Amino acid sequence: MTEFLVPRAEGDTEFVQLLTPEGDRVEHPEYRFDGGADEAETIRGFYRDMVLTRRIDTESTALQRHGELGIWAQLLGQEAAQIGSGRALRKQDYVFPTYREHGVAYTRGLDPLRLLGLFRGVDQGAWDPYANNFGNYTIVIGAQTLHATGYAMGVQRDGAVGTGDPDRDTAVVAYFGDGASSQGDVNESFIFAASYNAPVVFFCQNNQWAISEPIERQTRIPLYQRARGFGFPGVRVDGNDVLAVHAVTQAALNHAREGNGPALIEAYTYRMGAHTTTDDPTRYRLSDEVEYWKLRDPIQRVKVYLTRNGLADQSFFDEVELEAEALGAHLRDGCKALPDPTPLSVFDQVYAEQTDELAAQRDEFAAYLATFEGAH
Amino acid sequence: MTKVTLAKALNAGLRKAMEDDPKVLLMGEDVGKLGGVFRITDGLQKDFGEDRVIDSPLAESGILGTAVGLAIRGYRPVCEIQFDGFVYPAYDQIVSQVAKLHFRTQGRVKMPMVIRIPYGGGIGAVEHHSESPEAQFAHTPGLKVVTCSNPVDGYWMIQQAIAHDDPVVFLEPKRQYHADKAELDEEATPPPLFSSRVVRPGSDATLIGYGPMVKTLLKAAEAAAGEGRSLEVIDLRTLSPLDLGPVYESVRRTGRAVVAHEAHVNLGMGSEIAARVTEQCFYSLEAPVLRVGGFDTPYPPARIEEEWLPDLDRVLDAVDRTMGF
Repeated sequence: MTEFLVPRAEGDTEFVQLLTPEGDRVEHPEYRFDGGADEAETIRGFYRDMVLTRRIDTESTALQRHGELGIWAQLLGQEAAQIGSGRALRKQDYVFPTYREHGVAYTRGLDPLRLLGLFRGVDQGAWDPYANNFGNYTIVIGAQTLHATGYAMGVQRDGAVGTGDPDRDTAVVAYFGDGASSQGDVNESFIFAASYNAPVVFFCQNNQWAISEPIERQTRIPLYQRARGFGFPGVRVDGNDVLAVHAVTQAALNHAREGNGPALIEAYTYRMGAHTTTDDPTRYRLSDEVEYWKLRDPIQRVKVYLTRNGLADQSFFDEVELEAEALGAHLRDGCKALPDPTPLSVFDQVYAEQTDELAAQRDEFAAYLATFEGAH
Repeated sequence: MTKVTLAKALNAGLRKAMEDDPKVLLMGEDVGKLGGVFRITDGLQKDFGEDRVIDSPLAESGILGTAVGLAIRGYRPVCEIQFDGFVYPAYDQIVSQVAKLHFRTQGRVKMPMVIRIPYGGGIGAVEHHSESPEAQFAHTPGLKVVTCSNPVDGYWMIQQAIAHDDPVVFLEPKRQYHADKAELDEEATPPPLFSSRVVRPGSDATLIGYGPMVKTLLKAAEAAAGEGRSLEVIDLRTLSPLDLGPVYESVRRTGRAVVAHEAHVNLGMGSEIAARVTEQCFYSLEAPVLRVGGFDTPYPPARIEEEWLPDLDRVLDAVDRTMGF
């Protein structure tokens, strides 16, 4: 890795960290973790969330290996970035994800089974985005950052920002990755958000790799520093530290909700797995690098912290494990039961108002299919 | 009743749509204070405010992408692309997001959006200001594509497009903006948006066109009448979906058809229309369906654009050829 892109040292204030890889709490001059009335309970909740998120990922990877999914986009290693940010959201906030935000989806209350449809090929990720204020997965890199900015412009027009009402003031989060930071749409979204002071938080999970291309191919300054050129604050956080991610995201969301405009968060993390199940990272990166990041595992440090400080006992960890087993079974059974769409359903939702010519095409295809009925 | 140009009619239609529905927003480059480079949005920001008539940064993908987000939030954005040749930076958002979100979400997300594009040539402009990209949008499932040829249609069609729940690419023949005036009766009942129309009856051959070409076809029919030839002229108005019922009815009577557009002939709208007319009217045809259009070159420098664009003579030449079969 190129030196200028790596945080200089842990403890550097330009790199927000509140829980070290060894499981020690540390102070930061600007950011403090707000765990609510029962901090230990909140942190145990984060641990549980991260374990379940990892199970969604490993179970889905296994389902792909068994031929039940066509492909799966793995998030292994990015659990803290997703849980820490997802748990900082309020109900009225709205998320625009990429195709890898399985942990964020989970925090919004979306049944992870709904995610599998897209990867199994039975739908294209057709969950109701309004039910959980969790948008539909966007596959074209960076396109959703503009959608988030436009949605935030709508929030402004609805008077749902800067009112001081915690149940009304709304922030929007645009998730994207280091690769997307090179896209025109991402840069245009920064410009539009800055120009209109839109309440949007740009949450970049810098997992170091855009398929085979390292971060050095996308940038020659740390990504969070780009925000300054667009005229809004940027911060780099240890993306494997769930407490720091939560603290930094909460601050950025409040900044947006209060009417102070956009902010950029660079969650510095690592893609432990492949880009997707079709990718082979051994062709382009060294295993030493993966070993380095294994020692910075987002879940392990929370477990160490909880154990060492007597905040959770073995029965808690066992309970979480049982829950993960149940979630795994839910995904396995549910995935295989997902119904295939019928060939004729392709015509149904092209338009809100069906056209005569498409209806005619559908009827022709239906009549054609009918000629095969009873053929065997 | 007042006589108005296409520019004034579109302006009045936009104003009416904004009065009727507070969720309607206009956005684009220079649409606010300036009123747009063609003045189509003249005075609207003054009356509806900067929140509803939004001057955007100079980034077309940004305009369309943020419009998608506004639509998800429940607004009805009307985006102005300044010139046809500047739509391509927004092409990805239009084709991959605007056109597909309803399908992707199985109808849970609607995209009630209008993309206004001044198109076509004949204004003596520099490169990228005279193009006719309609086939590229008509080829994209999920979009609807319409184009007006006169002030009265402009007034009604823009309102109908804005009220429609699917994304509509709304092509405006820029050469006509400040050309002919027409009587506008704001109390009239307009025909449905997605309908074509016979604008001049005839019996010897059928001329099919849309947008800027309709005026040329009407002139051609007038000239042909002087020579004793009766040409029927059809204004398609909608390019996706196509409404070819009136075309089939006409061609079954005349047996001959000429399709004309400014866009390149190769894989242009005329190709699809010729194919469908051949399928539907095969036993009525006395001659192959002929196409008249821009050549398969980039749009030319302005000093030769009138030779490049299909004009009255090239249309009549095609009529002669179809009559010769």
